[in-house]
Amino acid sequence: MIELDNIGYNYGGGELLTNVSAQLAPGSFHFLTGPSGAGKTTLLKLCYGALHPTSGRVRAFNMDVKGLDRDQTAMLRRRVGVVHQDCQFLNHLSIYENIALPLTVSGKALDSEEGNLNELINWVGLSERAEAKPPELSGGERQRAALARAVILSPDVVIADEPTGNVDWDMSQRLLRLLVELNRMGKTILVASHDLALIRAAKNQVQARVLRISDRRLTLAGADL
Amino acid sequence: MSQGRIRKILVGDAQADRVVPPSGFTAQLTLFVSGAMAFLVVFALALSLASGRLADRWSQELARAATLRINAPQDQLPAQTQVALTILQQTPGVSSAKALTPDEQAQLLSPWFGPDIPIDTLPVPQLIEIIEGNPGYDRAGLRLRLSAELPGAVLDDHTRWREPLVDAANSLRRLGLFSILLIGGATAAMITLAANAALAANAQVIEVLRLVGALDSYIAQAFIRRFTLRALIGSAVGVVLGMISILLLPEASDEGGFLTGLGFQGWGWAWPLLVPPLGALVAFVATGTAARRKLRELS
Ligand SMILES: Nc1ncnc2c1ncn2[C@@H]1O[C@H](COP(=O)(O)OP(=O)(O)OP(=O)(O)O)[C@@H](O)[C@H]1O
Ligand SMILES: [Mg+2]
Repeated sequence: MIELDNIGYNYGGGELLTNVSAQLAPGSFHFLTGPSGAGKTTLLKLCYGALHPTSGRVRAFNMDVKGLDRDQTAMLRRRVGVVHQDCQFLNHLSIYENIALPLTVSGKALDSEEGNLNELINWVGLSERAEAKPPELSGGERQRAALARAVILSPDVVIADEPTGNVDWDMSQRLLRLLVELNRMGKTILVASHDLALIRAAKNQVQARVLRISDRRLTLAGADL
Repeated sequence: MSQGRIRKILVGDAQADRVVPPSGFTAQLTLFVSGAMAFLVVFALALSLASGRLADRWSQELARAATLRINAPQDQLPAQTQVALTILQQTPGVSSAKALTPDEQAQLLSPWFGPDIPIDTLPVPQLIEIIEGNPGYDRAGLRLRLSAELPGAVLDDHTRWREPLVDAANSLRRLGLFSILLIGGATAAMITLAANAALAANAQVIEVLRLVGALDSYIAQAFIRRFTLRALIGSAVGVVLGMISILLLPEASDEGGFLTGLGFQGWGWAWPLLVPPLGALVAFVATGTAARRKLRELS
């Protein structure tokens, strides 16, 4: 689905990532871990084409991401659902409208999708809060809403950046179950997290591989977790 | 532009409209600017239509007529008039030539001397009215022949004082049309500024829309639609106010001459109706250009 081929990246200062290679096979579940500032968010952005590598190549759905024009990048975003670390909502719209946003911008009539939308909002446990504006939500509620928005178009790949960053243990377990459920539905999942307890809990539920970034390199973590 | 696209702009999609937050300041600016500009366009239109009418009338009324004035002692006047008429009848391009009767001459002079003047006791020259045919006569040739045969005859074909008047009216018309172009350009510039401000203020929104897979054309459309509608509404209001003001001007009258003829006449009233759609078109193009440039910048 997504291949990183020997990529390097820097924001203009020193090299942040060097010689990073990885492959996300269809239906796989990967965690990405590493210390804060190691470049997890950066690596995810490279995967969905928000950044382009300074060297090497990123391929998504067998297309070179760098070669995509703006419209093709937009189409890629529809096939890759992203939960951003800082959620990224439109604050003047309700949570319901924010979750529906990918449908709206791809020109789908909301009326015909209303059933799906309500089901999804119920699935992330936000039925009561659907009419609230994003700033009125708690951190965990926002992250659940972000997850719902990421999957509304039924993308093949779901990328989540610290989806459990703001929530307590119970809530992080709930979010994890949602991701596991998506994986069972056949989606390819990539989750950045430094929550090792969460990763251990996940390994009991799915076959998940753990990638670790440290010292600019990406390695496959072994049984030491 | 396809019909579907036009419909999308006019009718829109309520959900798509909401993705960009309402922006008070640029909305009011666009409404006000297009209203004011439309108001001015109505006046510029009225001015150029009126001066156009004036130019046409002056050139039509005066083009075909000329006057031959015969100055001679009273006893030679009838004979010389006869000679002049003969010459004129022999001149190709003169459609008719007629000596004015004493009554007609008195009528022409009465505004200056009053109605009771005994005109036959005054040494007035004889006037001959010449109506030019088509093609016209050879002015220089006629003058030459008259000066040889009738030294006391003066041919006055009005061109001397007609041309500057017609020229003035024509430049007034051009000035009016030029003002309309200037107003259109200024409107485009103002709307571009307003659209740029709106786009810059919504950079964050644009980023989120892109993250969820919005095409540039979709994002641009949301802005274009807004500005086009505002320009349409603003200029419609401006045109209505402008037309009311023109209606309130005094009626066209002979005494008032040009100043009172400033209104629209007949089909002229239809011209201002073109202003709102044109204003909307200007906004459509200006916002589209601004949006495309800004979206390229933001990528
Ligand atoms: N836009 C940017 N311009 C310059 N430097 C940046 C930019 N974004 C991130 N960085 C730097 O790159 C490094 C990696 O950032 P990144 O966000 O990828 O880390 P992370 O692993 O996601 O950290 P965290 O666990 O705290 O989210 C950091 O040192 C950060 O300061
Ligand atoms: Mg991060």
